[in-house]
Amino acid sequence: MKVAFFAETADGKITRGAWELLAWSRTLAAPEKTAAVIVTPSIEEAQLQKLVSSGARHVFLCESPALDRADIPACAAILQSFCETYRPDVLLGAASVFGRALFPYAAMRMKTGLTADCTGLETDRQTGLLLQTRPAIGGNVMAVIKTPSHKPQMATVRPRSAPELPPYGGEPGSITRFPAPDSQSLPGAPRVTASIRLTHGEEIADARRIVAVGKGIKREGNIDLARRLASRLGAALGATREVVDRGWLPYSAQIGLSGKTVVPELYIALGISGAVQHLAGMRTARKIVAVNTDPDAPIFQVADLGIVGDLFEVVPRLIDEFSPKTK
Amino acid sequence: MNIAVLLKQVPDSQSVRLDPDTGTLIRDPADAVTNPLDLCALGAAVRLAESFPETDITAVSMGPAGAEQTLRHAMALGAARGILVCDRACAGSDTYVTAIVLAAALEKFGPFDLILTGLRASDGETGQVGPEIAARLGLSVVTGAEALRRLDSGEFEIDRVTETETETIRFSLPAVVCVAKGIGPAPLPTLTRKSWARREPVAAVTAADLGLRPDEVGLKASPTRVVKILHPRLARGGERISLTEPNALDRAAARLRALVEEGGPS
Repeated sequence: MKVAFFAETADGKITRGAWELLAWSRTLAAPEKTAAVIVTPSIEEAQLQKLVSSGARHVFLCESPALDRADIPACAAILQSFCETYRPDVLLGAASVFGRALFPYAAMRMKTGLTADCTGLETDRQTGLLLQTRPAIGGNVMAVIKTPSHKPQMATVRPRSAPELPPYGGEPGSITRFPAPDSQSLPGAPRVTASIRLTHGEEIADARRIVAVGKGIKREGNIDLARRLASRLGAALGATREVVDRGWLPYSAQIGLSGKTVVPELYIALGISGAVQHLAGMRTARKIVAVNTDPDAPIFQVADLGIVGDLFEVVPRLIDEFSPKTK
Repeated sequence: MNIAVLLKQVPDSQSVRLDPDTGTLIRDPADAVTNPLDLCALGAAVRLAESFPETDITAVSMGPAGAEQTLRHAMALGAARGILVCDRACAGSDTYVTAIVLAAALEKFGPFDLILTGLRASDGETGQVGPEIAARLGLSVVTGAEALRRLDSGEFEIDRVTETETETIRFSLPAVVCVAKGIGPAPLPTLTRKSWARREPVAAVTAADLGLRPDEVGLKASPTRVVKILHPRLARGGERISLTEPNALDRAAARLRALVEEGGPS
């Protein structure tokens, strides 16, 4: 089975999501059947070297300064021309803002199926097909999906669901440059005209500890209590959709199916009942602590430590516990 | 300007429940709502129509007969008409086939300058149908619009948030725009508008009306197949401390300290 993955770049660097796709590809296929395809305005040479020495045996690069990441039809046309030449059985992409627009566009052009937001990938031993696992119904169940008779079998993969990238000691891969097909852009094609780097988008996704608040925090003014605990623990502050919908914390703090997926060492859920949509974004945390007044709240089912009681009684005591003087 | 807004009827996400014995989804028709982000797509259309009176809005949906409610709701909020693709043959369609059917409806009732829809539906959460329709129709697509503006030049702009930045994208029509919640829903309907939308007929079309053969739609035409459904076990069987117990706060604090130390430095 030939597996190719779309290696997204940002500012000349390969994104974290793309490294995760390399890890997935290597669990699915032998190194000589693992390929990366890059469509980018520019990429650093060192990044390419790192890619080929990490087990991507074939790197196909379309580098053109005129490329605009907002021009999905043009990028999809390039991806399609790659597939027509290399003919991968499987094509993986990151479930990023870009990937989630590019992949469905490309899948329709190539008349094939696409599974969104997979958290698990494996090869079916009998058929050799890709088995694509994704959360369904708000993360309540997992659906296993296959694309039995169309090629490539396409999937976008949820960030932070990949196995660790195994070390690679084999032969370094080769880099093949290919040109963009002629004038694929539609007239008036979308282009990025301004962008401002976010200062704290990734903070939560990378945090080793997270304190998250739900409706039980009751008022915007009470968020500060959670923030104090977070700061004592060196933790990032996250929230459920209800809290973000009320405008008490920015969307970048939202954890769950329609927000971020997080896998911290420690997740402290304050006043969070545990709607399936929220659980989908945090239940793979290594340790989960929940504080809630309702002993039947679903969050307690996933908690390693459940504290049944009023968070306004519990949190001040926890802040105390981690005050600099007692430590 | 002709605008099409694509809307999907979904189960109310607050009331999605699973049968504890069979693990299947309990769908209560009374709990059906319009996908919230699709209402934002309609909101964007209604606000454009306020600034540009020549704007005409058509609401389009695919679903069971009950999805007519979603179209009537859209009409009350500002759509001039509703079109429902309703056909048993379409049951089980994946996003690829759904996009082919909706694209056919847009071609039949169009042409449209601007096609608006929600970034994703709250039930399937794939977000694939919008870009797939754009590809099928050979149009541009921009996704994740938190704001939509028409410039004096006649071009359009959206603002969106990616993993690492906020960015502005400029483009010309025709295009498909998938909106996020920053756009905001349409304002509440007037009573007159509501009662008009209740009486006005909604056009119902089948796949055949759209020129699609039975073997081009539904489950059998869908490239993807659900092989099986897994029910991951949630429970961790963790320790429970209730504040009604003696020394509960001290014990809770000590347990948390142990967990923090076990996890290593932050």
